[in-house]
Amino acid sequence: MSTLASPSTGSTPEAARGVPAVEIRDLRKTFRRRDRKGGRFAAKEQWPALEGITFTIERGECVAILGQNGSGKSTLVRLLSTLLINDGGEARIFGHDAFREERAIRRLVNRVSVEASFFKRMSASENLSYAARFYGMTPRQTRTAIPAILEKVGFPAERRGEAMENLSRGMQQKVALARALLTAPVLLLLDEPTTGLDPRSKLEVQDFIRQVRAEHDATILLCTHDMNEAEALADRIGLLDRGRLLFLEPAADVKRRFDVATLEEAFFAATGREFDAETSEDDAYREVFG
Amino acid sequence: MGNYAIQMRNQLVGLGGIVERNLYLTKRYILWDVAFMVWTIANTLTVVFIARAAGLPPARENVLATQLLVGAVIWAYLGIIFEFMTETVAWERWEGTIEYTFMAPLSRAVHLSGQGAFAVLYGLIRATILFFAVVAFIGLHIPQANFGAALGLLAVASLSFIGVGMMTSVLPLISPEKGAQLGFVAQGVMLVVSGVYYPVSVMPGWMQWISKISPATYTLRGDRAAIVDGAGMSWADVWPLLVIAVGAIPLGLLIFRAGERYAKKHGKLKRSG
Repeated sequence: MSTLASPSTGSTPEAARGVPAVEIRDLRKTFRRRDRKGGRFAAKEQWPALEGITFTIERGECVAILGQNGSGKSTLVRLLSTLLINDGGEARIFGHDAFREERAIRRLVNRVSVEASFFKRMSASENLSYAARFYGMTPRQTRTAIPAILEKVGFPAERRGEAMENLSRGMQQKVALARALLTAPVLLLLDEPTTGLDPRSKLEVQDFIRQVRAEHDATILLCTHDMNEAEALADRIGLLDRGRLLFLEPAADVKRRFDVATLEEAFFAATGREFDAETSEDDAYREVFG
Repeated sequence: MGNYAIQMRNQLVGLGGIVERNLYLTKRYILWDVAFMVWTIANTLTVVFIARAAGLPPARENVLATQLLVGAVIWAYLGIIFEFMTETVAWERWEGTIEYTFMAPLSRAVHLSGQGAFAVLYGLIRATILFFAVVAFIGLHIPQANFGAALGLLAVASLSFIGVGMMTSVLPLISPEKGAQLGFVAQGVMLVVSGVYYPVSVMPGWMQWISKISPATYTLRGDRAAIVDGAGMSWADVWPLLVIAVGAIPLGLLIFRAGERYAKKHGKLKRSG
């Protein structure tokens, strides 16, 4: 099995075999918000972003979590990325407690989010270079690894030195994928990686995700609101709705269970709402703060 | 290599990454840096020209102008340190990279130290250019100046400044909207009580007491003595700076960690815009 890149510093914590890649039990996260109509001095209310989430992802599996804006997908990804602290339940990544063994988790996980998130005046090479140092990769290692990974994601060599702000969204997202894979993560968290991309870029990114699965020893958690993408890429599909996980199983089983032909119909059967129906104010709040 | 040695090596490489990133940014924003330098020189001249208006004999005027210049240069230097430290979070939040940096396996101590190391390097270069540009413009005579002692004391003081900067760098983490500005408030307060353009003795008693715990007090006193009188590094200035650094750096880290935990609990560790 080939690796796309490897910090090969020897210090990466053991991604223990025989334990699930991700093990989540009764995970809860609540934010506090002030009632908008109550003004500046109104008391804050508890607002649940995730409620009692429980599921497991096996090593090498690709699991898609579907959900509308504000369903809690980003909160889930940020909890697993050590960027949020839970309010209850537990999450383990390759056996490591996500909230107590942060340093170990951070060496195992990387992420691609909907926003490319780079220093915009810096070039692709510069952004990848400094980010790789945070994972212990030396200049000697990145001198060859960065051109190789950029070539792999289909990024034109002649644009490596160009400022990120001059690149298209699709190009930026390819660099984001390169950044995530440069550190050879064993768990890749993809949070809406193709949202906002043109159809061609979307297909290229999806092809690359398939390639990563085929060539790289990575487990993938894909959070998306694109049902076709989830069905095309994932072994199992979960539906997160208003902070609750309604199901998590192979697409065929979901359709069989609800006796429907599409995942859209399954969503309607499970929630009583259209998948693309306008989100409520509460959902919008979850999107902003969750 | 043992596991501990590998971890240490990785953290050092990570520290290099912080410095490398800031070098790239400086390179990309070099014209802005030049403009900022011109502004700083102009701002410093407005202070130093006060000596010319004082109507003193030439020798006294030269001493007063030099004393004011040292104050202005320390103000500018401290401004750079605080800007880099306080904006550790604010820049990343603005650029959108904050989540990627905070989820990297880089210890917070190394992260903040890298930011501080670059700030010292960058600040010393700017302070040197500022000092000599104003000396040349005004035509100051400082034949006795002991530049080695002045720079040495500034380097020692930088440890304390970084420690205090670590404390203020938590502010944008807690308050994304106004945190960075609060950092500059802290810088201003520190310099006011430290006698930036005047002796500490002219301040009310309670301010003089506060000046004793400000590292800028000893830096200003020591650097003025080195530049005006050619004095060497005085232990009376060095030991308080070391004591403050020993207290300020761990306290700064503790405060930052507490702020980071608060931000993670309340979902504030995220990009803006």
